[in-house]
Amino acid sequence: MTEFLPVFFVFAMGLALLVYVVLDGFDLGIGILLPLASEPHKDVMISSIGPFWDANETWIVLGVGILLIAFPQAHGIVLTALYTPVTIMLFGLILRGVAFDFRVKAGDDRRGLWNNAFFAGSLVASMAQGWMLGAYITGLQDNTTSLAFAALIAVTLPALYVMLGAAWLMIKTEHALFEHAMRWGKNAWLPMGAGLLLVSVATPLVSSEIAARWFTLPNAIGLVPIPVTCAAAYLGIGWLLRRPDVLRAGYAKAVFIGLVLICLMAAFGLAYSLYPDIILGRMTLFEAAAHSSSLQFIFWGVAVTLPLIAAYSIYVYRVFGGKTTALSYE
Amino acid sequence: MEFDPFVLARIQFAANISFHILFPAITIGLAWILFFFRLRFTLTGDEAWEYAYTFWVKVFALTFALGVVSGITMSFQFGTNWPGFMEIAGNIAGPLLGYEVLTAFFLEASFLGIMLFGKQRVSNRVHLIATFLVAFGTTLSAFWILALNSWMQTPAGYSFTDGQFYAQSWLSIIFNPSFPYRLTHMLLASFLTSAFLVAGVSAWRVRQGVDGPATWKVLKTGVMLAACVIPVQIFVGDLHGLNTLQHQPEKIAAMEAIWETEEGAAFTLVGLPDENTRSTRYAIKIPYAASLILTHDAQGEVRGLNSFAEHPPVAPVFWSFRVMLGIGMLMLLVSWSVALCYLRGKRPGPVLLRALSWMTFSGWVATLAGWYVTEIGRQPWIVRGLVKTSEVVADHSAATLSGTLVGYIGLYVFLLYSYIHALRYLSTKPARSLEMTSPGVKPALAQGAP
Ligand code: HDD
Ligand code: HEM
Ligand code: HEM
Repeated sequence: MTEFLPVFFVFAMGLALLVYVVLDGFDLGIGILLPLASEPHKDVMISSIGPFWDANETWIVLGVGILLIAFPQAHGIVLTALYTPVTIMLFGLILRGVAFDFRVKAGDDRRGLWNNAFFAGSLVASMAQGWMLGAYITGLQDNTTSLAFAALIAVTLPALYVMLGAAWLMIKTEHALFEHAMRWGKNAWLPMGAGLLLVSVATPLVSSEIAARWFTLPNAIGLVPIPVTCAAAYLGIGWLLRRPDVLRAGYAKAVFIGLVLICLMAAFGLAYSLYPDIILGRMTLFEAAAHSSSLQFIFWGVAVTLPLIAAYSIYVYRVFGGKTTALSYE
Repeated sequence: MEFDPFVLARIQFAANISFHILFPAITIGLAWILFFFRLRFTLTGDEAWEYAYTFWVKVFALTFALGVVSGITMSFQFGTNWPGFMEIAGNIAGPLLGYEVLTAFFLEASFLGIMLFGKQRVSNRVHLIATFLVAFGTTLSAFWILALNSWMQTPAGYSFTDGQFYAQSWLSIIFNPSFPYRLTHMLLASFLTSAFLVAGVSAWRVRQGVDGPATWKVLKTGVMLAACVIPVQIFVGDLHGLNTLQHQPEKIAAMEAIWETEEGAAFTLVGLPDENTRSTRYAIKIPYAASLILTHDAQGEVRGLNSFAEHPPVAPVFWSFRVMLGIGMLMLLVSWSVALCYLRGKRPGPVLLRALSWMTFSGWVATLAGWYVTEIGRQPWIVRGLVKTSEVVADHSAATLSGTLVGYIGLYVFLLYSYIHALRYLSTKPARSLEMTSPGVKPALAQGAP
């Protein structure tokens, strides 16, 4: 049990954060796209995420929650080191979360203000998350290379989110907005690809430890599927985005799935780069783990509730399935 | 006290949690009130209840959103401001917070979508269930977080070795001595806060002449709820105090500003406690009352602050306690006066309506004051009697902390202003704000014509 539990929880944490990136990714992406749309389209875009965003955001609370529950020793170090980007991200998430409601409830003269807050909050939160990820991958160091690397991810992650947002809009909308979404997706495709490529190249360069893990035989051969799948998904998405008729025929979901695949591969890659460290080069997950009496108590909670949460989340997505209609409290 | 990083970290945490609690204080109670509205509509078919629901669910959505974003801030603050707390108490605090996320947050956040926007998409029954689950989720989240907070006040069920807590019995950790009192007192506080909010806003609408078909019904619901809950709250508050006397006597001594241990201690109504002279200036006292309240014996002995090696700051605890008590008494007075009108078969007149609208946010004041008693009264300990707050602070620079603090406070003032402004706007122009979309946009736009 003492070996199994920390591994189980690091897996659960990774899963929660992956789900977060995909789910909140698409609604943050829509926030970043908001200024590009006309006023009525803005309403539809927000309606397409209205019922989901709150639950989507809860996944990051779970991710950080598991870090705190299972690895209290690392939790403090990570969050203290990331104090500034975390604070900036929180400001972004606060602004954006309340803008949802205020933009329709605070009166028409203030709608523009809240639309801007929604955009700015989404962008700031996405960039801060990218920065945190970058800083984390380099083991929370403070030198220029690490900062440059963090800055690189800080601009790449929003591009990924924009792609996710555009894909979501293609699934949820029709007609003019659908066409816009397609164009937005096409425009974001190259920047995202460039960003991801740069990040992949830079990662082993900034960290010799990660380089050592990737470029030693025979492991290197076993890892080949990760970049290959990523590249295939990426090219597939690019192909689809140039085939409007195929997308209109209902294959927009494939773009979304392709993006999820890229996220999944990135997560595998990251997990491989770090394991068994929870803070690269400083602390392993076994050193950081909470006492097993506590891990056992929460293990049963996770084992029972996580499938339940998955079930009712899927139920809610199905209730609001299909093309978006205007949201109404009636 | 100068502004060292420790003080700044505390102020920052206090500012964030104070902002956060404003919104749970409403949502926990309002969720159940909304469930009641829906239930009434389902049972009676009276459209007015449906209208009441439609109006208040919008207020709920707004309040909930503010609760969520400020709550997410809270969940990061433990790590950013008190890393030492998690290193020392992570084995206890972690699972309790974890259960809150797993059992409560996902439940409320997921079913909120259906509760707010799902009426056309699911059956009435499913919608009722969704509303129930949201209400249940908010209450459950209070359960877990208060279990943790109470454990920090009155720790139990642990062992403490090599500077770390280990769980011995989860049942004793959760149901620690102060937990049942704190949970009950807080849930009732939330019912009172939301009852006065709905009654106050309704009274305001009546006075402005913008009342809809349901305004009077809502007003009566709020007032009757408040009138029933407030005596229970006062009773529970008294029990809570007696429990505190047993487990945290230094907190009671500070609440009552009793400097020296004495028999037949007087109750100080008001005064200015001064820690330099260790006396209370300008005190107005009721002889024997403190002994009577605390020991149920006019000659009973009450421990004074002098008998503790360390005790919390006296003035803020003393004053917060009096603010809470004062508002409690006002709540009793106002809600019973209006209830009496109703019992006589009359509607409240202009004076009482004015009183009600003045009391709209009284629950916020009492709730905050109550938490200040509890939290400042726990100092200098973070886990009472075992770990000091100063031992667990993060070492950020004063510059970083004051920068972010100014940012937070600016943001919170702006959001609070916007919240109250939006409440006013909604209350005046309800019909125009029913939709998520802007007025004039056809609802079918997303599906229909290009
Ligand atoms: C007595 C009640 C109570 C107290 C003392 C607290 N909370 Fe809270 N919290 C709630 C009652 C609540 C709630 C009723 O469940 C909320 C408020 C409004 C809402 O939307 O849910 C919530 C929301 C909320 C959320 C967002 C949940 C979501 O995504 O749906 C988080 C992460 C926290 N809280 C975290 C905290 C932390 C870390 C606290 C302590 C330091 C804390 N809360 C004190
Ligand atoms: C919800 C209402 C609450 C309010 C209004 C509140 C208020 C405060 C205040 C004013 C302080 C600063 C006290 C001081 O430093 O003098 C404080 C400290 C603190 N409280 Fe709370 N609190 C609340 C709930 C909670 C809960 C539920 C928890 C934990 C589960 C908690 C944990 C802490 C911690 C860790 C500190 C920081 C250390 C300290 O300064 O004591 N609080 N709170
Ligand atoms: C009028 C009679 C009341 C009495 C005798 C009373 C008593 C108390 C006591 C003794 C505490 C501190 C407990 C501790 O930390 O050890 C407390 C805390 C608190 N009170 Fe009251 N109270 C009263 C009314 C109210 C009202 C009207 C509200 C709000 C609407 C309220 C809200 C709170 C809250 C939120 C706390 C902090 C959480 C807790 O410790 O329970 N109280 N109260």
